[in-house]
Amino acid sequence: MTDPAVEAALAAAHRDQWGRVLAATARVARDLDLAEECVQEAYAAALRSWPTAGIPGNPAAWLTTAARRRAVDVIRRERALRTRLPLLVIPEEETPVADQDGTWAATAASAAATPAPPGSPASRTAAEPETETEILRLVFTCCHPALSQEAQVALTLRLVCGMATADIARAFLVTETTMAARITRAKKKIAGARIPYRIPRPAELPERLRAVLNVIHLLFTAGHTAPSGPALVRADLVARARQLTGMLRALMPDELEVRGLQALLLVTDARRATRTDASGRLVRLADQDRAQWDRAALAEAEQLITGCLRAGPPGRYVLQAAIASLYAEAPSYQQTDWPQLVALYDELLRVWPSPVAALNRAVPLAMVAGPEAALAEVDRLDAGGRLAGYQYLPAVKADLLVRTGQPEAAASAYRQALALSANEAERAFLTDRLAAVTGQRADPG
Amino acid sequence: MAQYAVLIYASDSAHAPDATPEDLETCDDHSDDLADSGVMIAAYALTPRDMATSVRDDIITDGPFVDSKEVVAGFYVIEAPDLDAALAIARTNPVVRDGGGVEVRPVHSSYLRPPVP
Repeated sequence: MTDPAVEAALAAAHRDQWGRVLAATARVARDLDLAEECVQEAYAAALRSWPTAGIPGNPAAWLTTAARRRAVDVIRRERALRTRLPLLVIPEEETPVADQDGTWAATAASAAATPAPPGSPASRTAAEPETETEILRLVFTCCHPALSQEAQVALTLRLVCGMATADIARAFLVTETTMAARITRAKKKIAGARIPYRIPRPAELPERLRAVLNVIHLLFTAGHTAPSGPALVRADLVARARQLTGMLRALMPDELEVRGLQALLLVTDARRATRTDASGRLVRLADQDRAQWDRAALAEAEQLITGCLRAGPPGRYVLQAAIASLYAEAPSYQQTDWPQLVALYDELLRVWPSPVAALNRAVPLAMVAGPEAALAEVDRLDAGGRLAGYQYLPAVKADLLVRTGQPEAAASAYRQALALSANEAERAFLTDRLAAVTGQRADPG
Repeated sequence: MAQYAVLIYASDSAHAPDATPEDLETCDDHSDDLADSGVMIAAYALTPRDMATSVRDDIITDGPFVDSKEVVAGFYVIEAPDLDAALAIARTNPVVRDGGGVEVRPVHSSYLRPPVP
């Protein structure tokens, strides 16, 4: 029997609550695989029970109780058979996280103080209120620097977002078998090397939070411009990245870089509707219809950025957001505040010396100091070799070569960019540009 | 508690057969710190790469097994509750700030011959 209301409630609970339910279950199960099985079974049980018993007021609490109860049963049975060892290292004492005003430090500590001992009556019957911070343990474990970044991304999507392995594989252009193996290997390392299931200590927090933000940013980037395929945007990945950022923001409201990342995603995604035309062709920033940008999102981002800049020295994401926001707030592309952009990029390169940021700086630099100066910068980056294989380097270079009247070199750079891009919308755009410069050469008049 | 082996990678080992106490001061100080704190259960300093001999496919060659800028200069085994704790101990090794680094590996099992009377 199917009940549309139940299906909708379950779909919402799967989309929004999977990570929370899993995080709470993992602490009882002490094993990520067992926790996943139990959560899956809880969702299946809900599908059976809710049509007759009604949709519970707090679906996440219902699912958590069901999943934890199942985990406790399995552990008790296997303990009798002595077949199961705890695979997840859960530190007994938890040091509260350093946070000047302690807003979430206190809840983290209290979450740690109420472990549910397997088999205790509390863990079996309780629809105990899950503290919001419980899921942070899961997030920080998935994004542990001892795991490869590929594995961090895959685990976060699988465990925190509940995304199917097949979907994750599709998003990252590998076979389902490869992705499943990647996830299994990562889980084995968590158990075998004893990566602890906890929120990092204050001294480690900046480094560990950076890893989490990098994973989310990577997810967003992969969604914003899909690495391959016909569509420019993979909306599911963008939505996941925004969801994760919103969650982190709620849990760590005072972390400036979390707010910065949220602002960056807001600004970048506010232009989504105008990045392609009706036929799916890519539209350059200069040609996008600014009237169609999501003004509410831009205003929200603007407010976040201003608050961050007031609160302290800006980090990478706050500065990237400020740059994106400055691009967006100009009434037209021509009226963009180019000198201020160059200044912001200089600031960004100080805190995040990335060749990608240096390449992006070439765009406003060309407007301030002329395309020749920007071209010299790009050539220097090209010679440095750190951006080898990065399709946007030849694309930026080609554009600058056009502007300095070197169509032949520009054509060759567009061909290089084409060879490196697998996204159909981007390829179509580059093909048009290439045709324009070669046409220009054929017809010098 | 679990055991982790910490492998020290450096351009070479300071522990030459004729090394002076001054040559070894940094290593020894760190080793003393770990021993005093009770986390270290065994430690081995190896002689420099010039002393190394490798065997591959039954062929004997001079030098370390892997031809690389760094060699394993020594290793020690520590006890820690989890990987984060082990990494926190391992990263205090002075080699980390001296152009080298450490690799942390969970120990599966070990054997030490009982002392011969």
